[in-house]
Amino acid sequence: MVEFLSFREGETGQEPAVTVESFTGQSNSTAVRIEAGEDARELLPHLDRLSLVEVNFPAFGDGRGYSAARILREAGYQGELRAVGDVLVDQIVAMRRCGFDSFRPDKALDDAAVERALHRYDDVYQKTIDGRRPIWAKRHPETVNG
Amino acid sequence: MYRYDSYDQSIVDARVEEFRDQTQRRLAGQLTEDQFKPLRLMNGLYLQLHAYMLRVAIPYGTLSGRQMRKLGEIAAKYDRGYGHFTTRQNLQYNWIKLADAPDILAELATVEMHAIQTSGNCIRNISSDQYAGVSADEVADPRPWAELLRQWSTFHPEFTYLPRKFKIAVIASEDDRSAMRLHDIGLKLVSRDGRTGAEVYAGGGMGRTPMVAPLIRDFVPEDEIVSYLEACLRVYNRYGRRDNKYKARIKILVHELGVEEYKRQVEEEFAHMRTLGLNPPTEELDRIRAYFAGPAYETGLEDSIDRSDPAFALWVDRQVAAHKQPGYAIVNISLKPRGGIPGDASAEQIALVAELAEQYSLDELRVTHAQNLVLPHVKMADLHAIWQKLDEAGLAEANLDLITDIIACPGLDYCSLANARSIPLAQKLSERFAAADRQKELGELKVKISGCINACGHHHAGHIGVLGVDRKGVENFQLSLGGSGAEDASVGQITGPGFSEDGVVDAIEKVTNLYLEQREEGERFLDTYRRLGMKPFKEAIYG
Ligand code: HEM
Ligand code: SF4
Repeated sequence: MVEFLSFREGETGQEPAVTVESFTGQSNSTAVRIEAGEDARELLPHLDRLSLVEVNFPAFGDGRGYSAARILREAGYQGELRAVGDVLVDQIVAMRRCGFDSFRPDKALDDAAVERALHRYDDVYQKTIDGRRPIWAKRHPETVNG
Repeated sequence: MYRYDSYDQSIVDARVEEFRDQTQRRLAGQLTEDQFKPLRLMNGLYLQLHAYMLRVAIPYGTLSGRQMRKLGEIAAKYDRGYGHFTTRQNLQYNWIKLADAPDILAELATVEMHAIQTSGNCIRNISSDQYAGVSADEVADPRPWAELLRQWSTFHPEFTYLPRKFKIAVIASEDDRSAMRLHDIGLKLVSRDGRTGAEVYAGGGMGRTPMVAPLIRDFVPEDEIVSYLEACLRVYNRYGRRDNKYKARIKILVHELGVEEYKRQVEEEFAHMRTLGLNPPTEELDRIRAYFAGPAYETGLEDSIDRSDPAFALWVDRQVAAHKQPGYAIVNISLKPRGGIPGDASAEQIALVAELAEQYSLDELRVTHAQNLVLPHVKMADLHAIWQKLDEAGLAEANLDLITDIIACPGLDYCSLANARSIPLAQKLSERFAAADRQKELGELKVKISGCINACGHHHAGHIGVLGVDRKGVENFQLSLGGSGAEDASVGQITGPGFSEDGVVDAIEKVTNLYLEQREEGERFLDTYRRLGMKPFKEAIYG
């Protein structure tokens, strides 16, 4: 069973993450935890001193964390972005596409199920910040570079 | 019509295998029903009162003969020999076994169909005008846009766990045949300085708080529509209410923030989104458009028809609409036979319509939000032959937009959320008003029935709407008047205390009698109601 899943090279953040409120209020912490409903954009002025952002999913159906993650990556955040809470195996791929690169689900995941999920779909329709070429770019290689 | 390329096909195929795997885990007891539920819902599989129900997407309501034939085969093989066409341009099978569901999806995939995102809190099947591509007044065919958005919304990584379901409609005519402004987002294509773009309406919907969507932007150019919609959805995903599922639709967010504030937030997000290169190149929309380029119409065709058979002439006058191409016509096929179940079609009827589409309609057909079917490209010269075949199959009812062209949800006969039975009521009404001259006399009159407040039967948008409620354990029906899902969209007003099933049929008869007495030249029921207001109708019913 997988309790922690990381797609990062090397070390992952160990420091306990603090709340957004204590982080933005003068904390020296380099790790912060965003709760559903908190505004990820409050972190934007401080991205360079962050090495870990945890985004909590209180229930698998609460999709606010997907937007939080994409917003951070769109603003250039390079550090670790970790999904925690009610994270299910069928969600890992979409979360990766939104910029998450590590996962600590409440309930450990089945290794084989993770493997299958990661390799289920070869291609994607949308462009996000994950660098994958969407299908429309592959269909028009002359017009769409990169 | 659009055809899948290898990318589209491999996504749909992979989805089938994924669901097969999930279903096997469920059947083997490795997944609990609680764990399985969100997975099956993402594939349109509901657990209803008596069996599983599978909802198949018919993107923007367009089908080929081959696809239609497959729908009929599935009805015969896996269901009880019929399917139900819904107000959302979907088809529902009501008697499905869980173990068969993966095989059904696999069969659908062989004809480029699927059930992806036909339920769940995600972007649902994109709906469109059933006359797309054939009506003379459209700015452009809206379906290439709808197909672009189908692809964009399929497994969208950010917008699959929205606060609530999300329905998008795309139209391109002044006449709104899709209830566009009752969708979470409605797009109406417009042309400006030689460029095509869309007016965007947001925050419409039905359910317990019906709202007509306000305009939030008067022009989004075609090459920015994806990034603009991403902005609309992101604001909704972040700030839509999640504390109460009855207040979770985007209409509540738009209402609570106010249109201006929602617009402002979307514009701010859009300013950011448009820098991210999220939009497919114009070549992609052109690629899709090429599939929808008008078929090869014949020219110099006979434009008049032999009306000597009165039953045929009656049907033509009611069911046939003008086509943009001389010599061709649009045929509406009623799924509302006298005393029948609105939207139901047998496997044999489905097969027949598939055959007619192939033989007479350039291999294309459409499904409508009013639960009827359309053959969009029929030669005038073939109308009589088609009518005869439809008539033999019980499909030649001439009641388009008349009082017996009733929309009804599945109601308590199937649905686990229902308060009342919609189908028997629709059948009674259909019998009561069956006389052809009476229907014709009453003219355009849209009756819509929902078995509970969720409003799947569009009752808020009915000229006459009926809502089933539960009154101390007894089925009761509330009547409303004055709604419309068309370009003059409005929400109906409740007349007063509710009725029994027979009582509501009587009440409807009374309001139609009043209309016949009071109408002025050229007025439809809706116009007379709007001119007179509720008071006289109330008196006629309760007085
Ligand atoms: C039989 C199983 C069905 C279930 C369990 C079901 C459930 C629901 C629920 C819960 C809502 C309310 C959503 C909300 O207000 O947030 C809803 C709305 C709706 N459903 Fe269904 N439905 C079913 C069948 C159908 C059918 C057969 C149709 C088409 C005839 C349909 C079309 C719609 C439409 C048009 C709405 C209104 C959308 C809106 O509020 O904007 N549903 N449904
Ligand atoms: S309106 Fe109510 S009863 Fe009718 S299908 Fe929808 S949820 Fe079921």
